[in-house]
Amino acid sequence: MNDTQNKLDAALRQAVRGRITRREFTQLALASGVSLAAANSMFTKAYADEPKKGGTLKIGVGHGATTDSMDPGTYPDQFTGTALWGTLSNSLTEIDADGNVVGDIAESFEASDGAKKWVFKLRKGVTFHDGRAVTADDVVASLQHHRGEDSKSAAKSLLKEIVTLKADGDTVVFELTGGNADFPYTVSDYHMPIMPKKDDGSVDWESGNRTGAYKLDKFEPGVKASFSKNPNYYKADRGWFDAVEFYSIKDVAARTNALMSGEIHYMDRCDLKTLDMLKSNPDITVQEITGYGHYIYVMNVTQKPFDDVNVRLAIKYSINRDDVLEKVFLGHGTVGNDNPIAPTVKFAVDPQPRHSYNPDKAKEHLKKAGLDSLTFDLSVADAAFSGAVDSALLWKEHAKACNIDINVIREPDDGYWDNVWLKKPFVASYWSGRPTVDWMMTTAYAADAAWNDTFWKNPRFNELLVAARSETDEAKRAAMYAEMQQILHDDGGLVNILFNSYVEAHAKNLGHNKVAANWQLDGMRIAERWWFTS
Amino acid sequence: MHPVLRTVLQRLGLGVLTLFVVSVVIFASLEMLPGGFAEAILGQGATPETVAAFNREIGLDRPATVRYVEWIGNIFRGDFGYSYAGLGGSIKRSVTDLIAPRLYNTFFLAIMTAIVAVPLSLILGILAALYRNSWYDRIVNSVTLTTIATPEFFIAYLLMFFFAIRNKWFYSLSTVSDTTDFIEHIYRAALPAITLMLVIVAHMMRMTRAALINLLASPYMEMAQLKGVPRREAIIKHALPNAWAPIATVIAFNLAYLVVGVVVVEVVYVYPGIGQLMVDSVSSRDMPVVQACALIFAATYIFLNLLADIISIVTNPRLLHPK
Repeated sequence: MNDTQNKLDAALRQAVRGRITRREFTQLALASGVSLAAANSMFTKAYADEPKKGGTLKIGVGHGATTDSMDPGTYPDQFTGTALWGTLSNSLTEIDADGNVVGDIAESFEASDGAKKWVFKLRKGVTFHDGRAVTADDVVASLQHHRGEDSKSAAKSLLKEIVTLKADGDTVVFELTGGNADFPYTVSDYHMPIMPKKDDGSVDWESGNRTGAYKLDKFEPGVKASFSKNPNYYKADRGWFDAVEFYSIKDVAARTNALMSGEIHYMDRCDLKTLDMLKSNPDITVQEITGYGHYIYVMNVTQKPFDDVNVRLAIKYSINRDDVLEKVFLGHGTVGNDNPIAPTVKFAVDPQPRHSYNPDKAKEHLKKAGLDSLTFDLSVADAAFSGAVDSALLWKEHAKACNIDINVIREPDDGYWDNVWLKKPFVASYWSGRPTVDWMMTTAYAADAAWNDTFWKNPRFNELLVAARSETDEAKRAAMYAEMQQILHDDGGLVNILFNSYVEAHAKNLGHNKVAANWQLDGMRIAERWWFTS
Repeated sequence: MHPVLRTVLQRLGLGVLTLFVVSVVIFASLEMLPGGFAEAILGQGATPETVAAFNREIGLDRPATVRYVEWIGNIFRGDFGYSYAGLGGSIKRSVTDLIAPRLYNTFFLAIMTAIVAVPLSLILGILAALYRNSWYDRIVNSVTLTTIATPEFFIAYLLMFFFAIRNKWFYSLSTVSDTTDFIEHIYRAALPAITLMLVIVAHMMRMTRAALINLLASPYMEMAQLKGVPRREAIIKHALPNAWAPIATVIAFNLAYLVVGVVVVEVVYVYPGIGQLMVDSVSSRDMPVVQACALIFAATYIFLNLLADIISIVTNPRLLHPK
C-alpha cells in the first residue's frame, strides 16, 4: 500500500469519527486522484465499518454437549470456549488479532531474573458482574483452581512450571521453575478465566459471575447459552451487542440452513463441499483464516525403520502435499513443510529445502539408508482429522513412484486417541496449534513432553528449547527458534500435510476488525469484538 | 382371574425383570468401552494425574460391581443420582432435572406426530383396502413407500429447504426451552413432526391394509357380501374389529419408535429431545444419565407393547371370555 493510500485511510478514520467532515474527506480524496464515486463509496463503506451498538447476535457452533460444565478446567471445545470464556470472562492476558499477547485483566506484566519471576499489575476499575472489584486474591484463587493435588483441570500441565504465586497489593507475582519469556501467553488460555474468590479460599466457578462484556442469562448445556450486555464492562470499545445467543448445532447442514434462513448470524466449520453454493448467497460472507491447527502423520522414531533419518526424509519427500490439499481439502489450507509452527506465529520460519513431492530425492535417501524399497503400516482414522483416511490413500499412490509401499490401516474412530495414537508406530494426528513456538514445542516435541507423539529426543533441540525460554533478547531468541524449527524439519518424525483454515460464514451485516487466528470465532472473542453494521 | 388382569400382571412382572437385565447390559457395555468420563471430558488435556483426580471425585476409582450395586440400590429408593458433569461443585445436576425437560420435549413431539399420523394412516389404510388395486390404492402405496424408503434426514433437509429457506414459513431450528409457550412449541416442532409422520405413516397404513385384505377372503366376509351388506359397511363392521390386534401391534411399535428412535431428526432440527441427551452421555460415558435414559426407553417399549396386547384381548371376544 502506498503513502497516499495510507494518508487517505487515516483521513477516513478521522472522517468516520466526525473529526473531519465528509466534504473535507472527499476533497482530500479527489486531490489524491481518486474519483468522486470511489471517494463516496469509500466513505460509506468506512462508515458502515464503524462499530455500532445494539442487536442480538446469534451464533451456531458445531460443538457442545450436555455434559458441558461451568468449570473452566473442563472446557472441552469451541462452544464452552467461545460462550463461557470469550463472551462471559477474561483471562489475565489476551492474544490480539496480530498474535501478540496484550494485557486484559492485567494492565501490564514484567519479567525479571531471566524470565523466572513475573509480576502482573492488575488493571484498575475491573469489576465482576455483581459489582465487586477484581482483586489480586481473586486472580490467585482462579489460577490455583487448576493446580494442586485434586485439580482435574485440563490446564494443570500448563501451569506445572509455577512454583509459587501470590498476591501483593494490586499485583500478582509468579515464581517459575525456569525462565519462560512466553509466560504471559500461557495465562491467556481459555481454561483460565478470572473468577471471584469465595470466603473459604476456593473460587466460585459455578455461578457465572465473571468479568466479561456479557452477563450470563441462561446456560442449557448442549443446547443454548444466552447472555445480555454488561453495562459496566471496562473496555469501552468492546461489547457492542445488546444480547448474544449461542446455539449448539452439530449437524453442518442444519447449521448452514439456519444461517441461510436467517435464524443465526454466524456459523463456524462450514461444509467445504458446498462452500461455493454458500458463497453465491448474496446475504452471506464466507471468511477463511489460516489458523495454527495442522494435520500431521507422526512416526515413532525409536522404532524400525523410522529410527533412520534417511528413511524419515525419504518418507517426507514421498507425499504430494499440494495434491492432497487440492483433492481432499478442496484447497482450504496452506501446505505444510514439516514444521509445526504456523506461518502467522511469531518467530516462525520456513525451513529449507522445502519438503515437496520428489520421487528422485526419496529414492536417493532410501539408497543412503541401504534400502531399495520400503514397506510400512500407517494407522489412520477420521477421528484424528476429517480427511485423514482419504489423504493417506492418496499418499499411498504418490509413494508408489518412490518405491515406498504404504499399507493404510483404517482404525475405528471411537477410542482412537486412547488405543492408536501414541501406541502404533505411524499414525495420523492433529494439533490445534499454540500461539508461541515454545508452547507448541514444549507440548509435543520436547524430550519429556507427555504428548511427544514422535518419541523424538534431539539433544541440541532440547538444549535450545530451554535456553530460548529465558532469553529476553528478541534477535537471539529468533535465531534459536529458527535453528530449532530447522532441526525438527530435517530430523523430526512428523509429516505435516497442511495447516487447516477456519472456514466460517456470517451474515453480511456483521462488522469486524482484523480477525484473530489463534482460535476459531475470532480468537473465541467474537461476541465482544464484532458488531452489527445495520 | 380375568385374562386382562392376568396379562397385565404377568407383563409388569416380566417388565421389571427386563428393566433389570437392560440396566446390567448397559452398565457392562459402558464399562467395556475404552476410555472413561474423565478422558472423554479432558480430551487432549488428560494426564494420568488429572484423570485420577477426576475419577476420585466422582467415585469412579471404585470397582464396577460396587458402583452398580450402589446405583441400583438408589434406584429402588427412587433416586436416579447425579450426572457426572458438575459433580464436583455445589450445584449438582440431578439426572431427573436433566431428563425431565428433554423427556417432555420428546413426548410432545411424539404425541403431536401420533395425533396426526395414527388416524391418517388408519383412514388411508382402510380406504386402500376398500378400493384395492384402484388408482387411489396405487398412488397411496407408492407415495408412502417412497417416504419410508427415503432416509429421514434427507426428508428433513428437503422439508427444511422448501419450507424454511425457499419459503420462510417455518423455522429451520426447532430449539425450544422452558420459556417457549405452547403455541410456539407446536410451531417450532412442526417440521420435525411432519418428517416423522412421513416416516411412520407407510408402515401403519400398509399393515392396516394388509390385515383387512387378509380378512376379506374369509368365509364370513363372503357371507356378508352374499347377504347384500355394502362393501364399506362390511369392512368397517365385520373386518375391522377382527383386524385390530395386528394393527395395534404395529401402531405400538411405531409409537415406541417416536420416543426412542428419533435422534437423527432431533440432531438435524436441533430439537432438544432425550435422544441427543443419551448420545451425548454415551460418548462422554456419563453412566447415571445413560442408565436412566435406557430405563425410560425400555419402559416405553414394555408399556406400549402391553397396551397393544390389552387391545388385542379386549377386541377379541374369544380371548376376553375364555371357556
